[in-house]
Amino acid sequence: MPAPIRLRELIRTIRTARTQAEEREMIQKESAAIRSSFREEDNTYRCRNVAKLLYMHMLGYPAHFGQLECLKLIASQKFTDKRIGYLGAMLLLDERQDVHLLMTNCIKNDLNHSTQYVQGLALCTLGCMGSSEMCRDLAGEVEKLLKTSNSYLRKKAALCAVHVIRKVPELMEMFLPATKNLLSEKNHGVLHTSVVLLTEMCERSPDMLSHFRKNEKLVPQLVRILKNLIMSGYSPEHDVSGISDPFLQVRILRLLRILGKGDDDSSEAMNDILAQVATNTETSKNVGNAILYETVLTIMDIKSESGLRVLAINILGRFLLNNDKNIRYVALTSLLKTVQTDHNAVQRHRSTIVDCLKDLDVSIKRRAMELSFALVNGNNIRGMMKELLYFLDSCDPEFKADCASGIFLAAEKYAPSKRWHIDTIMRVLTTAGSYVRDDCVPNLIQLITNSVEMHAYTVQRLYKALLDDISQQPFVQVSSWCIGEYGDLLVSGQCEEEDPIQVTEDEVLDVLEGLLASNLSSPVTRGYALTAVMKLSTRLSSVNRIKKVVSIYGSSIDVELQQRAVEYNALFKKYDHMRCALLERMPIMEKAAANGPTETVQTNGEAEPAGLEPKHPPTIIQPANQANDLLDLLGGNDVVPVISTAPAMKPASAGGELLDLLGGLSLSAPTPAPPIPMSQPPFLLDGLSSQPLFNDIATGIPPMTAYNKNGLKIDFTFERSNTNPNIAIITIHAANSTEAEMTNFVFQAAVPKTFQLQLLSPSSSIIPALNQGPVTQVIKVLNPQKQQLRMRIKLTYNHKGSPVQDLAEVNNFPPQSWQ
Amino acid sequence: IICCPPPLQMQFMLLFSRQGKLRLQKWYVPLSDKEKKKITRELVQTVLARKPKMCSFLEWRDLKIVYKRYASLYFCCAIEDQDNELITLEIIHRYVELLDKYFGSVCELDIIFNFEKAYFILDEFLLGGEAQETSKKNVLKAIEQADLLQEVRLGGGDLHGI
Repeated sequence: MPAPIRLRELIRTIRTARTQAEEREMIQKESAAIRSSFREEDNTYRCRNVAKLLYMHMLGYPAHFGQLECLKLIASQKFTDKRIGYLGAMLLLDERQDVHLLMTNCIKNDLNHSTQYVQGLALCTLGCMGSSEMCRDLAGEVEKLLKTSNSYLRKKAALCAVHVIRKVPELMEMFLPATKNLLSEKNHGVLHTSVVLLTEMCERSPDMLSHFRKNEKLVPQLVRILKNLIMSGYSPEHDVSGISDPFLQVRILRLLRILGKGDDDSSEAMNDILAQVATNTETSKNVGNAILYETVLTIMDIKSESGLRVLAINILGRFLLNNDKNIRYVALTSLLKTVQTDHNAVQRHRSTIVDCLKDLDVSIKRRAMELSFALVNGNNIRGMMKELLYFLDSCDPEFKADCASGIFLAAEKYAPSKRWHIDTIMRVLTTAGSYVRDDCVPNLIQLITNSVEMHAYTVQRLYKALLDDISQQPFVQVSSWCIGEYGDLLVSGQCEEEDPIQVTEDEVLDVLEGLLASNLSSPVTRGYALTAVMKLSTRLSSVNRIKKVVSIYGSSIDVELQQRAVEYNALFKKYDHMRCALLERMPIMEKAAANGPTETVQTNGEAEPAGLEPKHPPTIIQPANQANDLLDLLGGNDVVPVISTAPAMKPASAGGELLDLLGGLSLSAPTPAPPIPMSQPPFLLDGLSSQPLFNDIATGIPPMTAYNKNGLKIDFTFERSNTNPNIAIITIHAANSTEAEMTNFVFQAAVPKTFQLQLLSPSSSIIPALNQGPVTQVIKVLNPQKQQLRMRIKLTYNHKGSPVQDLAEVNNFPPQSWQ
Repeated sequence: IICCPPPLQMQFMLLFSRQGKLRLQKWYVPLSDKEKKKITRELVQTVLARKPKMCSFLEWRDLKIVYKRYASLYFCCAIEDQDNELITLEIIHRYVELLDKYFGSVCELDIIFNFEKAYFILDEFLLGGEAQETSKKNVLKAIEQADLLQEVRLGGGDLHGI
């Protein structure tokens, strides 16, 4: 039986394979040979076979059948066997396999072997891959070796202990006594590993940390060692480019960091040595910078004097100018961590940081970008934005979305003027318009809406840009929206900020129709475009053309578009009287705090049969945070009181300032006059007809009289919505005790800002005389903050030929209605 | 009371060629063979795609990767977030120096044909992902002595026994 092929012979052979298939064949052949050799329990060549197996394993071939063989090698007396056996165990076995536990006994024996290199193998293996069970079993042995005077073993035992602690944290205590005099060792290996062990213990346990700080006086010891390293002359054994044992220096600095963090005394004790290291370390090579870097991290983390902190940041600033890109990277990372706490110091290096935006390395660019955004403030916004916009222009696509968002944020916070703000936004939209996040679109629209004096300028700029490029969807969406909203300004050439351009109505409609038809437009964009066209019907005179466009899309395959078109069509026909009001110029929008609750309230209103299809309004008009205002307009039957509810939907402010019903309200929406069939049920059922969804009746909230004057008495009855406990449903009952009927009766209500209100249609606008049957109307009140409910109501009606109007406050709500 | 420390460990070290062939893999965390293969494949791809002008660090998954190319071999370490990347470069450099001293002007072929020795040297330098010996001389001395042990026979096997 010839000896199995040698390892290096095998490697040579396998490397001659010209194809993957050829290699596989060789491997399989050898695998088979090895397997049969294992089966024969060949002791002589087991080592060789396992070695070959490990080579094949590295190439990616299966080697699990060698696991037990590794154990046999470990148990052998031959050093060569043990060496390969332990290597094999570390490569082929891990704690997931039960078989690894069989190693425990071997390792235990080898930990007590007479040859330190065998002990070393055992310690290494245990410290690399020992499972929790193994660690538990062998911790005692490790602890013993931690106390040996043999530095070769002691250093390995220290790191092995680290592993044991990581695996079985409860065992930490047992290693404490052995750490007593670890730092008085001269041997650097032991020192280094001891520092690692102490670091692990201090990080894991605040008690340990405290113990080492106070009882063991670790800081002075470490300071002394570090000082010796720096001050001592050239030591050939540990020298790296003129620095003595940089690895040990770095680990000591790291341990000092942990000891000094949050502790004044410790921080003070290390102040000098840190300053010394920071000033004296040679910076021409990476090794010196590695130490400086660790020093900076330590200075920033402990309670250092301000002078030291400034020194640290300046080191980082110098790093930024280093030719070595690794150093620049590290500097940017650190500066990013400290920019919040040491903002001013970092600001001084702003121009260097901005230069890093032009770096070729992606990681450096990203950090520079993040840091730049962190440094933007009111003073430097103009200059910074120039750089950032330039960066946006030229950067990789992976950055564009984040950069665009960052620019919007910064612009919002620090814009020096509205014009600048709009210009910046447009620059972003035209530069990186397809990378802008979807949620930016509504935010931008809101911003543009609120910059009233810039409307003409904005729409003109956007229009011009749109002529060049319609491919960037977020940009196109914002532009369409603006054209729909301010197309009249565009056509009338009203721009003040720059020379107005000549645009005809047809040209504007051409552009929008182009968007509708283009393949580049996404469905969402088309929606925007169609709505924009529709809006122009009240702003331009080309109504017929618009009607045509809208009717064409009534048969669009895109359901969304079709629905819109059909509804807009209806607006032209049956609801033409409402069109103006519906398509009115958008009011200034406050930043909507929450759209959610409003939606809930409105949803309930959907049960109202509408003349239009019961389409959930937000999908018709975008952006979502306009839904608050528009929902009521488009609900079809939820009419007038919209005006009074809209203000109520503004976000919460501190108290409960009741809103002025009259101020800023344009009561242009029609009254409940249009006879809507569903609102004429017989009186007895009035209360119920507008509450189809609510099943829980009479939750025990007592009714109340809200108003009683001049023969008009208004009572409130209450219910709780069973879909949302924060919603109270109030039904008003308006009764007329006079002999003449009250006609054109309109009830309006306003509530404090923390509430939201929705009025559904009244049962009638005529309150018959002599209490012959109340007019009812349902109010839904959303009270998420459970504040006391108050209401201001406005009543208008005609009585005996004269108009009557009255305002009143309702403060006597029963507590159950709002608690 | 024991709290959870911020991770501070080298998780693995890989050596691979410009063609993506693995020459050494040292794992300091327990992972299945499948996971190791996946990580290796992805990481090798990522590192090989880096351009020469880029820095030696990259973020990958939740780890920091420190890599450096020496001739035709990439040395790649995965460290955890709190670690000092610059000193890791020094660790890598020290390992290369050790290999160089041991093999005498080391090249990739040395590592290929003597991979087990590359492991032995690594295991004499690092333990559990941390440096156990900061003196070049001491590491090499230990290896030398251990190699000699292989010549002491109780049964079979010489230095070139395998």
